[in-house]
Amino acid sequence: MVETGHFALVLAFAMALVQSVVPLFGARTGNERMMAVGGPVAVAGFALTALSFAALTMAYVQSDFSVANVWENSHSLKPMLYKVTGTWGNHEGSMLLWVLILTLFGALVAVFGSNLPATLRANVLAVQGWIGAAFLLFILVTSNPFVRIIDPPIEGRDLNPILQDIGLAVHPPMLYLGYVGFSVCFSFAVAALIEGRIDAAWARWVRPWTLAAWMFLTGGIAMGSYWAYYELGWGGFWFWDPVENASFMPWLAGTALLHSAIVMEKRSALKIWTLLLAILTFSLSLLGTFLVRSGVLTSVHAFATDPSRGVFILCILTLFIGGSLALFALRAGSLAAGGVFHPISREGALVLNNLFLTTATATVLVGTLYPLVLEAITGDKISVGAPFFNLTFGPLMAPLLVVVPFGPVLAWKRGDLYGAGQRLMAAFAGALLAVLVVMMFVDGASVFAALGIGLAVWLILGALTDLALKSGFGSVSGHVMLHRLVGLPKSVFGTALAHFGVGLTTLGLVGVLSFEQEKILAMRPGETMEIAGYTLLFDGLTPARGPNYTEERGRFELIDAHGEAESELVSSKRFYTARQMPTTEAGIKTIWPSQLYVSLGDPTADDGVVVRVWWKPLVTLIWTGGLVMMIGGAVSLMDRRLRVGAPSRRAHRAAEKPVSGLPI
Amino acid sequence: MTRKQKRLSVIAGALAFLGAATALTFYALGQKASFFYMPAELQAATLEPGQRIRLGGLVEKGTIVRGQGTEVAFSVTDMESSVPVTYVGILPDLFREEQGVIAEGSFSPSGVFVADSVLAKHDETYMPKEVADSLKAKGVWQEN
Repeated sequence: MVETGHFALVLAFAMALVQSVVPLFGARTGNERMMAVGGPVAVAGFALTALSFAALTMAYVQSDFSVANVWENSHSLKPMLYKVTGTWGNHEGSMLLWVLILTLFGALVAVFGSNLPATLRANVLAVQGWIGAAFLLFILVTSNPFVRIIDPPIEGRDLNPILQDIGLAVHPPMLYLGYVGFSVCFSFAVAALIEGRIDAAWARWVRPWTLAAWMFLTGGIAMGSYWAYYELGWGGFWFWDPVENASFMPWLAGTALLHSAIVMEKRSALKIWTLLLAILTFSLSLLGTFLVRSGVLTSVHAFATDPSRGVFILCILTLFIGGSLALFALRAGSLAAGGVFHPISREGALVLNNLFLTTATATVLVGTLYPLVLEAITGDKISVGAPFFNLTFGPLMAPLLVVVPFGPVLAWKRGDLYGAGQRLMAAFAGALLAVLVVMMFVDGASVFAALGIGLAVWLILGALTDLALKSGFGSVSGHVMLHRLVGLPKSVFGTALAHFGVGLTTLGLVGVLSFEQEKILAMRPGETMEIAGYTLLFDGLTPARGPNYTEERGRFELIDAHGEAESELVSSKRFYTARQMPTTEAGIKTIWPSQLYVSLGDPTADDGVVVRVWWKPLVTLIWTGGLVMMIGGAVSLMDRRLRVGAPSRRAHRAAEKPVSGLPI
Repeated sequence: MTRKQKRLSVIAGALAFLGAATALTFYALGQKASFFYMPAELQAATLEPGQRIRLGGLVEKGTIVRGQGTEVAFSVTDMESSVPVTYVGILPDLFREEQGVIAEGSFSPSGVFVADSVLAKHDETYMPKEVADSLKAKGVWQEN
């Protein structure tokens, strides 16, 4: 089975090569049969990669330690869930998952793209083929997961305990669906440049793909953040670690792309800019893959490091980013311009959104790469952390959030800022009220905290105002309004939900950053401590045993302000025997929307234990907001007009004449 | 406005954004980036009082003093010289003697390094990269 998997992977590489060349050649020479090769080959490539992936998963499930990759990352006593998810909990397996998802997207384009213009479809599939071939070669040459051990050991070395969590089942696949999903936008952009024109089908296709990828990336990042929060035991949800930035940059650029794609689809403007953003977004995904997989950074995500891998990915990176940007420089000038709009309009608001998001992406990029570049040039080692990003990213994001509610209430082409302001009056009043309430009634609230809460309320009410206005609030009766609300396009709901989610996340961030309480103290059994109106009683430590670890469980009783025992909370220190590695399992009690977070430290000389306790007000809203954004994306994706099959015949007719775009 | 004026205003707007971002970035890099030092490099370095740095090296054997409430004291060494460090809080799970560590914080007037965060390895095989590189360059540690 293992050799079958390896062989399937080699065949998938061969398929990718065919997919890279034949449809492209067919599109250039107008050979329909050659163009038609792309689809079946893309599907076959996916099937073969899936077979290969299944073979590796089987090796993990059966604990086949004759496979080096399984021996290094698995253990026969590991729970089945972690045996399966352990398949991608290592460098080789995670690259295989990356390619699996890439080929999946290629196959999806092939299956759903039957109504695309034939040459565009062929070119898109060819570009997907290039990416697939490059990464399949990377796996086969530098990161083969199917290498056997001549003399198989009887027991494996186990998976890094930090990764033995349900998070590994969700976070990497979702993140990759997002990361790699942008490859479709990239392929569409490059295909348009190869053809030298952007037609209507192009515009209609890029938006749903961007939306789908963005949706998964949002979920993947939110999930990763929550996982780090509960698993690492430090109580932090975002560290501005280069590896996190690696996923955050494509998200920022992808969010910009999502918004400019709306202008492109609805108003035929900003086409060339959208095309550039599509290239940049996937370039940032590739950069992220390089940063995480090459070993230039040390993190939980960097598995074994091997210099040859870094060089290989760097070559892929240079080839694709350099090549696509060169192609853009050559061809962009020849694409026609058009689509005029007034600065005060929905288009203008979306351009402003793009300016904010792209400059914010740039500051994150600088903060991530500057230390690497500086070290390469001068040898100085610096670290750029939260203080840097608070000073650069923060001031760029805050004004963006302030203007978010204006976008949806402005009209296309020529908007009325005064009117928009009037329509948002209620939301503004609500935000102002929130600021005042926080200032007056919350102890120790700074002006920044109050303004932050106000901003979050402004976003939330702004999103609701948009829905209310579009359903005719104030001008029609309640019944008619409800009827209209139900009849609104799904994309309107999607926008409102996503912006609502941004508001929730902001609220959570401000809550934690401004009102968090933290206590570190040594506790002996029977002792109590107080935090945020709750009393925590330490019952003591008891030893326990799991399938592949031993642990010391610290039991706490949580007593509320009325002196009643609310619930119990368990925080433990685990020791994974195979890897001789300790981990901290935080005890978390959710008192919605806040959380109490308890981490155990070292034992003290007098039979006590060091305990670190946080009160995290509103913290769950950070991830709830992410989830709501994701749902917004999904709702928007269900919009009839966006449905992939919908463009049908009109797309073909429209494809005949190139549609123009604004050359900026 | 004509199309040309509009285009110019968009470009001007974009440049204004870029300018603001660049200014912020330079300011923040000057203020907020913290440099990494090994103990032996500290003599040559000129540090302002209270300046934040990252101190890297190995946890010196026999120097860890725990159990006095929540404070932990230890020394960070690069086999050439060592620096006493104090830290209040919970140390990372993989904090051990003779293991690579990075402490972030600043020096107190008495010359003790007061760390507000301590990073150790994420699992048992890998060292913090800066520490591994520096120790390898000194020849006191090798990758296994």
